[in-house]
Amino acid sequence: MKSAVIVFPASNCDRDAKVALTQMTGKAPAMVWHQDSELPDVDLVVLPGGFSYGDYLRCGAMASQSNVMREVKRHADKGGKVLGICNGFQVLTESHLLPGALMRNAALKFVCKPVGLEVSETQSAFTRKYENGQRVTFPVAHGEGSYFADDETLDRLEGENRVAFRYARGENPNGSARDIAGILSEKRNVLGLMPHPERVVDKVLGGTDGRALFQSLIENLT
Amino acid sequence: MKARVFITLKNGVLDPQGKAIGHALNGLGFDSVGEVRQGKVIDLELSGSDAAKAKEDLKAMCEKLLANTVIEKYEIEIK
Repeated sequence: MKSAVIVFPASNCDRDAKVALTQMTGKAPAMVWHQDSELPDVDLVVLPGGFSYGDYLRCGAMASQSNVMREVKRHADKGGKVLGICNGFQVLTESHLLPGALMRNAALKFVCKPVGLEVSETQSAFTRKYENGQRVTFPVAHGEGSYFADDETLDRLEGENRVAFRYARGENPNGSARDIAGILSEKRNVLGLMPHPERVVDKVLGGTDGRALFQSLIENLT
Repeated sequence: MKARVFITLKNGVLDPQGKAIGHALNGLGFDSVGEVRQGKVIDLELSGSDAAKAKEDLKAMCEKLLANTVIEKYEIEIK
């Protein structure tokens, strides 16, 4: 599986993503700068966590207008896989690759801690190696992760089984609608989530619950 | 030409910052304060003198970048 990690100014999980991808796939991802107008030929594009463009205007808003995002959209339109983690999820909603928006946490505080999640959809290239309803623990680290969409959109996401991850009962850290932590695009080739699977692929770093996400992709793409 | 764009959260979208501001004002003794909603103001300088054209451009700017219309609404004022 060939992958690329997009690097925006003030991305700060790009190297975490690189380490995780290298460890899981055996191949280092291409690191692609935001001003590049070409993507290498890859199966998976990762939009990493961080504070792209200093979170100016809105989280992910400036990044969504960058050169490289035009190429990421083209990649997604062709059915290529895109994984947006944390700030990457915000970039995906701002780019309209995923519906809804990520808003200021309900308690107005930056939340940085491991959170229990439920895998609520396994019929996707990102989650097939999990069990349906499996409880996993991923860290979260964000100030604006409260998922919002109108009721009609939320109903549609649920009706089409596009909610991939939910916060476990009582563990919603940010006030997200219907405990949504991660969603799939209509064609199911784009996943955005606030928690960080790339930070839990190595026991030394606190857990391995994120490994199955990468294994799912590897199985699907090789 | 100068323009001012007001961006606020749509009605019904939870505004935790507005709520916190309201609580703080109540704490300062301003008992008359009920619901508070906050937003942002963007001032722009535009070349040209056609106000109608400017308004049209500003609307496109709001739709494309300045506002996230999933959660925000905007008002345009041309001075």
